[in-house]
Amino acid sequence: MTTSQASPAPPAQAAPGAPPGSAGSAGSAGSASSAGLPRWALPLAGAAVAVAAYVAFRGTATLPHDDDAAPFQLVNDLRAWVDANRNRSPLFLFFVNYVRLFVGGLYDVFHLVLSLPGWAGLTGVAAGLGWLTGGRRIGLTAALGFGSFGVLGLWEASVATLALVLTAVLLSLLIGLPLGVWAGRSPRLRRLLAPVLDVMQIMPTFAYLAPMVLFFQIGPASAAVATMIYSIPPAIRITALAIEQVSASAVEASTSLGATRWQTLRKVQLPMARATIGLAVNQTIMMALSMVVIAALIAAPGLGSDIIRGLTRANVGLMLPAGVAIVVMAVVLDRITMSAATRAPYETAGRTRWIVAGALAVGGVALGRALPAEFPQEWVLRFAGPVNEAVAWAKFSWYGFTDAVRNLTTEALLNPLQSVLTGSPWWLVSAVVLAVAWRTGGPRPAAVAVGCLLATAPLGLWQHTMETLTTVLVAVALTLIAGLLLGIAAARSPRFAAVQRPLLDAAQTMPAFVYLLPALALFGATRFTAIFASVIYAIPPVVRLVEDGIRNVSPAAVEAALSCGSTDRQLLWKVRLPLARRAILLAANQGIVMTLAMVVVGGLVGAGGLGYDVVSGFSQRSDFGMGFAAGVATVLLGIMLDRITQGADERNSTPGSNRMTTRKKRIA
Amino acid sequence: MASSDGVAIEVRGLWKIFGHRADRVLGSPDAALDPAALRARTGCVAAVRDVSFSVRPGEVFVVMGLSGSGKSTLVRCLTRLIEPTAGEISIAGEDVCAASPARLRDLRRHRVSMVFQHFGLLPHRKVVDNVAYGLEVQGVPRARRHERAREILTLVGLDGHAEARPDQLSGGMRQRVGLARALAADPDVLLLDEPFSALDPLIRRDMQAEVVRLHREVGKTMLFITHDLAEALKLGERIAIMRAGAIVQLGTAEELVGAPADEYVADFVRDVPRSEVLSLRWICRSPGGDERLDGPALPARTIIRDAVPAALESDAPIRVVEDDELLGVVDRRDILASLAGAGS
Repeated sequence: MTTSQASPAPPAQAAPGAPPGSAGSAGSAGSASSAGLPRWALPLAGAAVAVAAYVAFRGTATLPHDDDAAPFQLVNDLRAWVDANRNRSPLFLFFVNYVRLFVGGLYDVFHLVLSLPGWAGLTGVAAGLGWLTGGRRIGLTAALGFGSFGVLGLWEASVATLALVLTAVLLSLLIGLPLGVWAGRSPRLRRLLAPVLDVMQIMPTFAYLAPMVLFFQIGPASAAVATMIYSIPPAIRITALAIEQVSASAVEASTSLGATRWQTLRKVQLPMARATIGLAVNQTIMMALSMVVIAALIAAPGLGSDIIRGLTRANVGLMLPAGVAIVVMAVVLDRITMSAATRAPYETAGRTRWIVAGALAVGGVALGRALPAEFPQEWVLRFAGPVNEAVAWAKFSWYGFTDAVRNLTTEALLNPLQSVLTGSPWWLVSAVVLAVAWRTGGPRPAAVAVGCLLATAPLGLWQHTMETLTTVLVAVALTLIAGLLLGIAAARSPRFAAVQRPLLDAAQTMPAFVYLLPALALFGATRFTAIFASVIYAIPPVVRLVEDGIRNVSPAAVEAALSCGSTDRQLLWKVRLPLARRAILLAANQGIVMTLAMVVVGGLVGAGGLGYDVVSGFSQRSDFGMGFAAGVATVLLGIMLDRITQGADERNSTPGSNRMTTRKKRIA
Repeated sequence: MASSDGVAIEVRGLWKIFGHRADRVLGSPDAALDPAALRARTGCVAAVRDVSFSVRPGEVFVVMGLSGSGKSTLVRCLTRLIEPTAGEISIAGEDVCAASPARLRDLRRHRVSMVFQHFGLLPHRKVVDNVAYGLEVQGVPRARRHERAREILTLVGLDGHAEARPDQLSGGMRQRVGLARALAADPDVLLLDEPFSALDPLIRRDMQAEVVRLHREVGKTMLFITHDLAEALKLGERIAIMRAGAIVQLGTAEELVGAPADEYVADFVRDVPRSEVLSLRWICRSPGGDERLDGPALPARTIIRDAVPAALESDAPIRVVEDDELLGVVDRRDILASLAGAGS
């Protein structure tokens, strides 16, 4: 696609006698145009063939769902075996059980340490930490944030969540930072890790859970391990990038002065990479925070259980306080780590800061000793009742509007698309995927995409995969339309951008499932709820990538176009958008991966498909096999969608760096 | 400082070939191919091709070439910042290629220091800690290395900037820090890799003067890399011109300008004002039968331009002498012709 757009060889100029395919690297589209056909002829013909095949073979070779498919039974048997041999097999006796004990013990230690100073003490310590890293403003934010946990009536749960996050983050950093440093210095390790991290980052959160249960049973230990696995990629990736980015001439200078590798690492690379490594820590914490909530499905203690219960019962009042507490915790931890990371390289906290911070911490602990450990009940705000009333009122009074939106999307988009996808023969869907992926990414991504898609069939989940794919496609279409419009608007109007940016910043600090809350309040438990939530979830990075892409178009090109007398519209369509093409494709890729993650979580609130299978796998033992398989299927679906849209990501740059950059941009 | 045989740096048959099968290229007929053909045939890039030279103790030796000529690779091979593919290097009698990692570190710490085009300063350290970095990795105690760093800062004219951060300094001052860092360990040899290319022309001139002054004061052996011919002629006692990885000519400024080895060098030195580089030796001729031989005598190594006052004062041609022997004569017409840039 790149070449065909960059050099659209006008048919008139192609020599009539030129042999077909002489366009060489221009690929299929290029050879079509050199044969005198317009560029859109081939895709159109392909689409026509697909439609004809659909009409002719509709209803044949479909793979309907069966709750008792053989693979599910296989996994159930596996679990039964594991349960029976947990205390006999050497793998469990000498490895898995020790990991479980160690991680569980670590969690208990954190929980104990955080509980000891009482609510006043912990709030004081947090305020002190905030003051130390970021001065008065961050200190106050931390104090208010931790205080709010008590006011929301969730002190105990918040402490448990915090302990779980700290456990997972500590483990992630212990493994991730050294590995990242190593990868930063060794291109070979970097090449080895890149595909693994790629897959880890497109894996929807749900997919991590079932294997954890198999090995570590349910509880804090397996929740911490799942969270750790989820949050480790940014720790490795950003650290590696940080080390890699250290000025090569500084490293060379150090070597030329006779420094050993270790001296260069300690005195040059680590100090110069400090700010970016701080970013890695920040991202790890943010990822962990969004995962610990989902880990409540495997009995993680803390705020997550309220949220999951609220989601499954469509009870907004129940989950709202927990949702607010998680967001507050995310904001506080984000501010503290960011201000620690972005401090000027050689600035150290002044003496007064240390004194104030120490005084806050000591004062808080002393106060905690004096006060009862329990947060005073009379200070707790209880608003589950009023919230539920308000939700009921909103549902009732906006019913006309929300119902219309929901029905329109469901009837006009979801249902027809779903009946097409589930009604098509499996080979037709695969052929279409192959064709699309080939065109956007080339033969290798196409092969991987089709392989992943086909693998869902033997898992016994073809039909549910198609259902999830339907939801994802609709959500992605809406996300991209809205994201493009907002991104273009922001790129064109600085004022609009100035209003939008803080909103996007805030949106990106929030853990994923928070977006289910308003969606659930407005639309109840339906497929559309998941779509609505995933659109809100995926829009911020899309908008940002589009805006940055358009804004970063070379000023020289814009100036040249202006000096030729282009109008604003011409400038946008003929210069800015084509030049920002790569950023826009990357935005599509990000949007799709994020949407899939959210649609799967939407299984909790009636989105059906694979997400629902995963959830029911945890709630009913007999469905464990299906849930496990569904987790695998979501991964396959994720890889497939990623490969299809990866054309922009890999072909024009160093592999894997882009996804990193976007993540980094989040906070930059 | 000088080794027993009176050579500071000795390089013999040095090769650096980048690519997967670099060692197989060497010794095969492919090695003789020109760079483009070699790349097409083997995928390898020969950055340094069979380079040999030796530098005397205390000499300023300049390697000049355009970008991509392999000069930066060459200088990095000398301390094995880039591992050479083949060849022998000895610095002050030490066989660099055979050195163990520990010996190599020792060499880099005490004998050879390097100054970089982009300075390579550490932004998170104060100037004084940047300068003391080399001593720090040697394990010199803090007080002593700071004392030494301050001495060196005075030497390079950065008094009073010890506590500043590199990003608070101008480009020229930053490179002074780079120079100071290289000098701090009191090495025998300084390698300067295009140290002034990133600087403004005026600052560059100051810094060149600075190098001349430092060379006079501390007398280090210097190997200076540059792409700027004027800089090479100004600083270099001897100059090696590199092209496509090989040295095409090695000699004094006079030799390069007076007798270019090939078209390439001739093209390079075409715009050099000959009267400012060449000495009388290059334009003197045997006296004609009727010429007076009682004019002033000047040594043969006198630069043409410097002979102008003598020529103005005397009607008789100048006698060019070397070791009391008459090489020939030069009259006003000869001098004017070379001042006007007329070729020989």
